[in-house]
Amino acid sequence: MAHHDITTPVTEETVRSWRVNDTVTLNGTLFGIRDATQIHMFDRGRTTRFDLNGHAVIHTAPNVRKVEKSDEYPAGYAPVCIGTTTSARMERFSRPLMEQYGVRMIIGKGGLLDDSLKAFQDLGGVYLAIVGGTAALETTWVEAIEDVDLDDLNPESLWKFRIKGFGPLLVAMDSHGDSLYSHVREEGARRRSDVLAALGVAAK
Amino acid sequence: MNIDPNIVEDAARELYIRALKVLPPDIKAGFDQLSERESSETGKAVLGTMIRNIAVAEDTNNLLCQDTGVPIYNVTIGRNVDFDGATLKEAIRKGCERATKEHPLRSSVVHPITRKNEHTSTGIRVPVIHFDFSDQPDEFRLEMIPKGSGSENNSWLRMAIPAEGIDAVKTFVVDCVLEAGGKTCPPTIVGVGVGGTSELCVHMAKMAATRPLGSHCEDPEGRKLEEELSAVVNKLGVGAQGLGGDATAFAVHVELAATHITMNPVAVNMQCHSARRASAQITADGVSYGF
Ligand code: SF4
Repeated sequence: MAHHDITTPVTEETVRSWRVNDTVTLNGTLFGIRDATQIHMFDRGRTTRFDLNGHAVIHTAPNVRKVEKSDEYPAGYAPVCIGTTTSARMERFSRPLMEQYGVRMIIGKGGLLDDSLKAFQDLGGVYLAIVGGTAALETTWVEAIEDVDLDDLNPESLWKFRIKGFGPLLVAMDSHGDSLYSHVREEGARRRSDVLAALGVAAK
Repeated sequence: MNIDPNIVEDAARELYIRALKVLPPDIKAGFDQLSERESSETGKAVLGTMIRNIAVAEDTNNLLCQDTGVPIYNVTIGRNVDFDGATLKEAIRKGCERATKEHPLRSSVVHPITRKNEHTSTGIRVPVIHFDFSDQPDEFRLEMIPKGSGSENNSWLRMAIPAEGIDAVKTFVVDCVLEAGGKTCPPTIVGVGVGGTSELCVHMAKMAATRPLGSHCEDPEGRKLEEELSAVVNKLGVGAQGLGGDATAFAVHVELAATHITMNPVAVNMQCHSARRASAQITADGVSYGF
């Protein structure tokens, strides 16, 4: 259970050295991405001018305030509250994000499923779990909104954040086929019959 | 007592913002209890982060969670209260829009087919507004619940049959909790509706999920069921954020309604750990805010 304090982007080798239950703190650049962003990128043929190679994306749609562009607010947006959404809805986009854009880290809550786990194995990637619903804290790790693309989809634009001390995040799915969520699912299935028995129900 | 729509509009605005920033004391106490009992190291760390977030939100006057949810307003009107229903609904909608624009808040509400976001947190039939009546004289209570999508996307209805009995209800609740896993941002309040018609059953599940911790079903059988389910739900191993451990739920809440001789409906709706709600009491003397 090692801790890694890193600046993005990262190499495939680095990501492959991480294991489930390691923790990671990120610095540098982080991209925010969500349902509509990815539906437009992968189903509707749109592309982004951002270079996501070796980077982390976070499943988010932030609360922002429109402001005059300045050094402090280069994109014309001030962060109000930036948090994380449920990842499972975006399961089918993990592989194309990695294949077409070279993304190495997906940050989200609630976990991804088997196709993503396979993509992490095949292409070298990880899923980093953040504590969902702790956006006030998460916002303090974001220094600025540096840039924004596909902004007609606002708030589901493609956001470029400058971050510092973003974490610790938990490696919950690694490139070796291990997933904390699979452990929990198996454990739950195992305990189900005991719980039903305690409720006086014969398990089916 | 006469209800001034301007006061209602201001209260509707204020309540949305308050609900998003400060968690009710019963939920905070629920966190303390869960963290005392947590046996998993990951679970302890996750609960610790959630508790820290509650403090950071208050210290920085920020939203607890970025998901501003679907706005729900519950209005309770007592005896001797004069009001114009249509004006009242309009006032609540305006307050909700103003909160969104003036704070500003992310509007999480879109047209269901075009997916267009008007950036007002409102749309067709949204905010959701429920009216109820009480026998208290001169009472006017407005409750606001921003219902997050992570928990709302995990909602279920099963029209079980009488031959399956109460076992079908219990099994369904257990299976829903397992299926939800970490997607609902556990620890949750698991709301269960039993009986009624299909839509009443789902509505009761939502009422159950959003009532304060420590409150109980008024029916003794319902209360017994919620105690039984609450006693075992944290043995499923889902844990905080679905990363394993004990803190799967703060509690299981049950609401009941009479049903048809051929029916045995059960619905589950969950409230995530950001179990946000705020309320305002409007009297002749003014507005007082609480949870
Ligand atoms: S499920 Fe609740 S705590 Fe989690 S992101 Fe949604 S609103 Fe926030």
